[in-house]
Amino acid sequence: MNNDEIIQVKDLKKYFKTSLGIVRAVDGISFTIREGETFGLVGESGSGKSTTAFTIMGVYEPTDGEIYFKGSPLPKSVKKRPLSLRKEMQMVFQDPGSSLNPRKRIGQIIELPLRVHRLHVGRERERVKELLEMVGLPVDFINRYPGAIGGGEKQLVAIARALASEPSFIALDEPTSALDVSMQAKIINTLLRIQKELNLTYLFITHNLSLMRNVASRVGIMYLGKMFEVAETSEFFHKPLHPYTKMLLSAIPVITEEEEKIKPKRVISRGEIPSPVNVPSGCYFHPRCIDCMEICKKEDPPMVEVSTGHFVKCHLYT
Amino acid sequence: MSENLLEVKDLYVNYKIYEGILKVLNGVNLTVKKKEKVGLIGESGCGKTTTMKAIMRILPDNALIPNGNIFYKGRDILKMSDDEIQKIRRENISMIFQDPTAALNPVLTVGAQLMDVIKYSTDEELTKREIRELAIKALKDVALPDPERILKNYPIMLSGGMRQRICIAMALISAKELLIADEPGTNLDVTIQDQILRLIGRLVEERGISVILISHALGAVKGLVDKVYVMYAGDIVEMAPTEKLFSDPIHPYTQALFKTVPKLTGGGIPEAIKGRIPDYINPPKGCRFAPRCIHAMPICMKEKPPLKNIEGEREVACFLYE
Repeated sequence: MNNDEIIQVKDLKKYFKTSLGIVRAVDGISFTIREGETFGLVGESGSGKSTTAFTIMGVYEPTDGEIYFKGSPLPKSVKKRPLSLRKEMQMVFQDPGSSLNPRKRIGQIIELPLRVHRLHVGRERERVKELLEMVGLPVDFINRYPGAIGGGEKQLVAIARALASEPSFIALDEPTSALDVSMQAKIINTLLRIQKELNLTYLFITHNLSLMRNVASRVGIMYLGKMFEVAETSEFFHKPLHPYTKMLLSAIPVITEEEEKIKPKRVISRGEIPSPVNVPSGCYFHPRCIDCMEICKKEDPPMVEVSTGHFVKCHLYT
Repeated sequence: MSENLLEVKDLYVNYKIYEGILKVLNGVNLTVKKKEKVGLIGESGCGKTTTMKAIMRILPDNALIPNGNIFYKGRDILKMSDDEIQKIRRENISMIFQDPTAALNPVLTVGAQLMDVIKYSTDEELTKREIRELAIKALKDVALPDPERILKNYPIMLSGGMRQRICIAMALISAKELLIADEPGTNLDVTIQDQILRLIGRLVEERGISVILISHALGAVKGLVDKVYVMYAGDIVEMAPTEKLFSDPIHPYTQALFKTVPKLTGGGIPEAIKGRIPDYINPPKGCRFAPRCIHAMPICMKEKPPLKNIEGEREVACFLYE
């Protein structure tokens, strides 16, 4: 294992018991995240992206599999992780409206991690102001309540709170999907600037592939709890291999002719992601796949490395 | 083709709230011709949905319309009696809402809701059997498999994409002339959104009706509509044929907006437009975009630029083109 791998996920599984049966939200995925990079995770809703992030963060205990952080295995539950480890890993959630306590002032919200981790003792207020400046918010926000600021600003507060404990890794779960493009641009640029300044590693989850193209260094695509393809970002967008990746790329609404050109030839989107309780046999994608073969209905394809760093899970490439 | 089906003229809408009066629509002008497909884009809070709700006359009680007309085939919707507008909503204009889950009644079956719409969409007395057959046909038209079963299902038993298809089926029954689609795929996955948009495009074409497609996903309208209106803070700032608008936007807001959209070709994300959407209680006096505009001139702070026709087929509200 390389030293620069900050997170290593090995055959991770997370099942949920429901009244309808077992949901295999994450079903045996493996990937690594290198230090200082942004690893992007894409997929349709219900593909297991968020569950993966929550399991890495320890919110959910994995059903099976291992997660390594800087080379050592992570205790499964966040409760068993020492404070020093929790300090290193932070998360920003999709809906800033519900991830900030509406009854606390923004100053108090950002200050809490400082108190928990005993950082900047005696100068917490000043540190909160520095954090607000770091994310580009006015320092007088310190006395405001979350209800008094806009959605994008709330998300910047959530980012400042995540930065407060001085982590080395942040999981960003659809941080801009509830926001407009111009606010999105502001938040993404803030995140990228801070990443460079502090040498942070991001796990970036989004269903917006155009956004992913511009933020991630490597991309993994998930479908029904399985990883279908992992590649360097430029390779992923210029040489997509999996039929599902091609379908997704082809469905993206774009605004310029140059973008139209790099989209795979029209692959008509068809079908919907099946119920995770009642998954198809063989390859989970076969009922929607235009290249479906006999073997796809029976056997789940293995993940193979087609070229250096480009992994795909499809019978077309085995 | 040249006949205007719908003409919104100088429409103002205010909302009365505890803190004061929100002056949201600031003189909106837009026209929809027969069989025309029109896009309306802009960021959330710019008044897209308010404009559409005014057309349907379904604005909330605290909304005031101090000025403006909405002509539908030459008659002002705002001056119609309740019976008249109801008849139009039953037979001529219909709307698809962004969130299909909220648009459907959770305690009634899809069949009960759909058949109700069919029953009231015509003055003819239909038998139960005829209504049922029309309901099945409506579901088949939106490419839903096994319509007989779906009629018996409750909305919760169906996926988001299927629910949106049902809303489209319902809207199309009443939209004999104009369909308003308010962000029809926004909450859905990109592959499902793609399917929904293509479906709407096909059905509108087949039936020869007009459509207004609202979206803040700019690319979503591109493949579907003939012309696009761009809205900013209650103003129409620009209108152009679709290809022209996307290849050569001329209003500074449209230009800035297009720049902030992440491109599939990469290259990073340019800086966001500085500033924020104005406060609707005290909106800027002149052009509402002026405080954020890189080309702002002294006149922009004082006067509201009128929407002017240029090059024959496009309109822009900006003093740069005076």
